[in-house]
Amino acid sequence: MDPVIKVTDLRKNYGGLRAVNGVDFEIGRGECFGLLGPNGAGKTTTVKMLTCALPLSGGDITVEGMSVNKDPRGIKYILGVCPQEVNLDPDFSVLKNLLVYSRYFDIPYSEARKRAVELIDRFHLHDKLERPIEDLSGGLKKRLLLARALINRPRVLILDEPTTGLDPQSRRQIWDEVRGMKSNGLTTLLTTHYIEEAELLCDRLVIVDAGKIVEQGTPQELILKHLDGKGNLEDVFLKLTGRNLRDE
Amino acid sequence: MNKICVLQEVSYRAWHMWRRNIDVSLVTWKTNVLPPLLEPVLYILAFGIGLGAYVQKISFDGRAYDYLTFLAPGMIAVGVMFHATFDTMYGAFVRLRYQKTFDAIINTPLSAEDILAGEILSGGTKGLFAGAAILLIVTLFGLASYPSSLIILPLSALAGLMFASFGLYFAAQAPYIDNLNLPIFLFINPMFLFSGTFFPLDGMPGWVRLTAELLPLTHLVNITRAATFGRLHAGLFRDLVYILVLAVIVACLSINKMKARLIK
Repeated sequence: MDPVIKVTDLRKNYGGLRAVNGVDFEIGRGECFGLLGPNGAGKTTTVKMLTCALPLSGGDITVEGMSVNKDPRGIKYILGVCPQEVNLDPDFSVLKNLLVYSRYFDIPYSEARKRAVELIDRFHLHDKLERPIEDLSGGLKKRLLLARALINRPRVLILDEPTTGLDPQSRRQIWDEVRGMKSNGLTTLLTTHYIEEAELLCDRLVIVDAGKIVEQGTPQELILKHLDGKGNLEDVFLKLTGRNLRDE
Repeated sequence: MNKICVLQEVSYRAWHMWRRNIDVSLVTWKTNVLPPLLEPVLYILAFGIGLGAYVQKISFDGRAYDYLTFLAPGMIAVGVMFHATFDTMYGAFVRLRYQKTFDAIINTPLSAEDILAGEILSGGTKGLFAGAAILLIVTLFGLASYPSSLIILPLSALAGLMFASFGLYFAAQAPYIDNLNLPIFLFINPMFLFSGTFFPLDGMPGWVRLTAELLPLTHLVNITRAATFGRLHAGLFRDLVYILVLAVIVACLSINKMKARLIK
């Protein structure tokens, strides 16, 4: 079967810095694919190129056969993006955030309202329907970001560090949601540096460091290959990327 | 894909961005509606009734006018400038740097050009609203002739687009929000004072008149004053063309500059 996402020799240079330096991977339909790496490895840069928010320095990415270089708008119609940073509209209520966002996808109001109410139910946001964003806790904001990413019924979901900064309860709730969507066959790309999260959610993953893929496979394969099955994915991660501290 | 003018890349989706900004203005309507309505009242009290008592008739274009009648069109033009410029200058800066609004919307089918054109459109709408609100007050004080003053409405929209483009350009230039003080000090305030708003330029030395000719606000004041005086004439076409051409140029420059900041 054709992959939903195909990344070929992807490159991004900032002046002399090679932030992404020849990355290749494919994501199959219904797969949850993990992009792991320490800070500054090139994860977010890769995601931004995939979501057509950043021009490529080289290589190509196709989503459902459309190239980011040729048809960014076609791709953006079928992507759902849950960003790392909370960029909800602080001037609008929870409901209005979803409704305004739906307009960007040309979704008619009656349909948008129906979807927004469904998502609010599903993500347990109904108590906060008319509340301004600043009244929401960190966990609720992330849930709303995830709900917002689904308003256009995306065929591919991009989760960029979806649980960073959350308490264990909120984190588990997000994980349950992601697993639920996976069982419904939604293709998902997840970036994270919580290795436990990747181990739990991802069918397959790549570990990137300094703009290159250093290893790929299923979590079990990697543990077996690098640690003879003794240890967890975090040990593999540290073995491959070293123990030096990173900063951006 | 390089086109002469970036405006050719803008799609109908710019209106989605416009709607978003207008929706925000409706949520915070009290702070948006009251200033343009109350500011001219303050001016009328301070300048018309206060200062105006000491000023003799102002001679303009061969006729003598009360100071307040002379000042009224200047207030309209200044209101359009301030409201349109500040809307994009501070608004777009906050949306770019603090609220990360553009980062959210760039993940939807809107392109950077759509988003930024939407910003200019909503800034222009603020200019139109300010122009209309101040015209209403000025009319209530009996300081505007009709029907010629009706031209102020489309003119405020056009000049609003021009000033909103300037505002967006300044926002794109500024590394920090405090840097926005610089264009206010160097550009906005001189225009406010020296564009024929408070005194006629006719009696000024040549270099003052020449400088004023270069300032966009002067041209808006020229047409607005002729409109409220009921004395529109063909010579004002020059001023209109100046505003139109500058609006297109600065819109292109500002979108390019801000796009480079948004996508890097």
